[in-house]
Amino acid sequence: MKILLVDDEIELVSAMSERLGLRGIEADFATNAIQALQMAGEKKYDLAVLDVKMPGISGLDLWKLLKEQYPEMKFIFLTGHTSQDDFKAGTKTGHNYLLKPISFDALLERINQSISGSPEREG
Amino acid sequence: MKIRNIINKIKPRFWDEAIHQDQPGLFNYRRIWKLTVFCVSFVAITPLMVLSFMDYNLSRKTLQAEASFPIMRLVSNTTLNVGTFLEEKTALLRFIVQNNNYHDLIRPGHLEKLLSDINSSFGGFADLGVIDSRGIQISYTGPFDFQGKDYSMQEWFNEVVEKNLYVSEVFRGYRDEPHFVIAFKEYLPGENWFILRATIDTEEFNRLLQSLNVRPSTDVFLVNKNGILQTPSAFHGDVLERVKIDLPGPDVKSSDLEPADSNNFKNLLGCVSRESSILEINDSKDSKKFLGCALINNSPFIFMVIKSQRELMENWWKMRMELIGFMLISVTSILLVILSAATYLVSRIHDADIKRASALHKIEHTNKMASIGRLAAGVAHEINNPLAIINEKAGLLKDLFGYSEKYSKDEKLNSIADSIIHSVERCSAITRRLLGFAKHVDVEWKKVRIDNVVRDVLGFLDKEAQYRELEVNLEIDGENPELISDQGQLEQVFLNIINNAFAAVDDKGRIDVKISTYPEHVQVRIADNGCGIAPENLKKIFEPFFTTKGEQGTGLGLSITYGLVKKLGGDLSVESEPGKGSVFTVCLSRKFNPKGTVSLDCHK
Repeated sequence: MKILLVDDEIELVSAMSERLGLRGIEADFATNAIQALQMAGEKKYDLAVLDVKMPGISGLDLWKLLKEQYPEMKFIFLTGHTSQDDFKAGTKTGHNYLLKPISFDALLERINQSISGSPEREG
Repeated sequence: MKIRNIINKIKPRFWDEAIHQDQPGLFNYRRIWKLTVFCVSFVAITPLMVLSFMDYNLSRKTLQAEASFPIMRLVSNTTLNVGTFLEEKTALLRFIVQNNNYHDLIRPGHLEKLLSDINSSFGGFADLGVIDSRGIQISYTGPFDFQGKDYSMQEWFNEVVEKNLYVSEVFRGYRDEPHFVIAFKEYLPGENWFILRATIDTEEFNRLLQSLNVRPSTDVFLVNKNGILQTPSAFHGDVLERVKIDLPGPDVKSSDLEPADSNNFKNLLGCVSRESSILEINDSKDSKKFLGCALINNSPFIFMVIKSQRELMENWWKMRMELIGFMLISVTSILLVILSAATYLVSRIHDADIKRASALHKIEHTNKMASIGRLAAGVAHEINNPLAIINEKAGLLKDLFGYSEKYSKDEKLNSIADSIIHSVERCSAITRRLLGFAKHVDVEWKKVRIDNVVRDVLGFLDKEAQYRELEVNLEIDGENPELISDQGQLEQVFLNIINNAFAAVDDKGRIDVKISTYPEHVQVRIADNGCGIAPENLKKIFEPFFTTKGEQGTGLGLSITYGLVKKLGGDLSVESEPGKGSVFTVCLSRKFNPKGTVSLDCHK
């Protein structure tokens, strides 16, 4: 299983990828959308964990691009903001949605759910 | 006490209100009311008073003139009549003298015949006498024997010599009957002359005056220039007595006047002119009277009529009463209308101003809440990112320890990492709560669990409760206190009420929150054992700008809370006992109703 972590905070994503790696999950990270798209082109990822709010191309825009190119890919969103817009966007995408700071156990649970093909809510 | 109760009942709301110097847009309404009442009353009543006064004076003058006019007419008519009477007598004497020569007149028996002839035709003559130029009465006919009497030394004789005609004042004389004398001087051929003298009974005068047919209360009589009555009067003394009249002017009474002062009498009365004059006098009974008088031509007589003012002025007094009554009623009704209109208008202005000011404050409050919300959201978001990093790094640290053989058994390291992660969780709970409050600034109707809302609010106040050692209990009665409402506004409601409870209790105080779920509504009861609320303040507690916190409070917290609860289709009530504590009960309908038209009965 390959996971792509995208967040502008390199400290956050690097620690997360290392922790996932320790649990035997291959997780790469990118700190912006361009880098993420490049990496997605190079390697096939099963799941992308996206921060909603990023400078430049936002998490939601990146999600649209990735979803177009890789329809198989699953997504989990992270956000530090809980304003109405983010909430609506999160539910509209029909994907899992986690608030920062996330509990690592919750993240693992969501990853497992997504990969094992548990039913996704359709937006 | 009763009057005070009535005053309290009709007293407008703004009367006892403090002056809102700190509230822009609120004024000293009592002053506005006073100013309005004073200005309008002044403008309305002053012209009325001035006009009434002018009308009063004008009417008084007119009626007085009208009242005095009949007196003037009576005086001038009677004066003319008495004058004519005297002229008639004089003319008769002149006729006798011209138709009978001197020798016939002094012939014995002739004068007697003449007297009986004229008495049968005219009447009133008591005697007749002929006096020669020496003053000796050479012929006489009458009840006495005055033949040969010498009048040369008498005053009247000199006067008739000088003026050719003499009318005497009334006197009693020998007969002891009031009478007067007319004497007439006639020239004989040559330088010689004689005088025909006739005595006339005053009965004639009396008859003349009686024939005027005046009212019984009116007195008519003749006086001489010294104020001696010449005919009997009804109320002012008998014939030949001094007339009893209190003269107007500074304490002069006719009876005080000595004969030497007799000039004063006629001068004071102003009756020496032949023109009739009228003046007011005081009667002995202290009632005002009119006195009309005039001098009768060619005689020492003054005719006087004294009429009570009461009869004449009765109409005037009636009219005056009506005028004063009308004015009093007008002034009273004007004042009543002004008072009630001013009170009504100022009350309306006051109420409108209070509403406007409280609406402004509500807007300000909402804006403030929105700003605080945005600020809190910004802060929470900014903090969440570093928190997430700390969280991940601590988690990584823990993982690294867990996977390393060297440290996996080190309890201390693991517990340090756990404590970092736990602290981050606490921080994140705080930021989440902040974000939660911020999120609810905009109204949003959705399912809300009241117990969660109350827990959130209590969570906010948790630290204060710990510092002050307050005992805060939450009891939930019934299951699933869920309803459709706006979470943000509910949070505000409970935060306000619980904050007030915190302010009311002393340290180590107790606050009980009980949530009861009913089929129709959810009831939240917030009880404290604080200072309580005085009964007189209890009914004002939800009014805007009412505060007991002095400078520290705006007096808006509970009024806004009350407004919010009403908006959410609920009801807020309060019970309190001073010294024992207060209970605020929030009742919320479980039926979704954004318009708040559900009627609630919280006592079900």
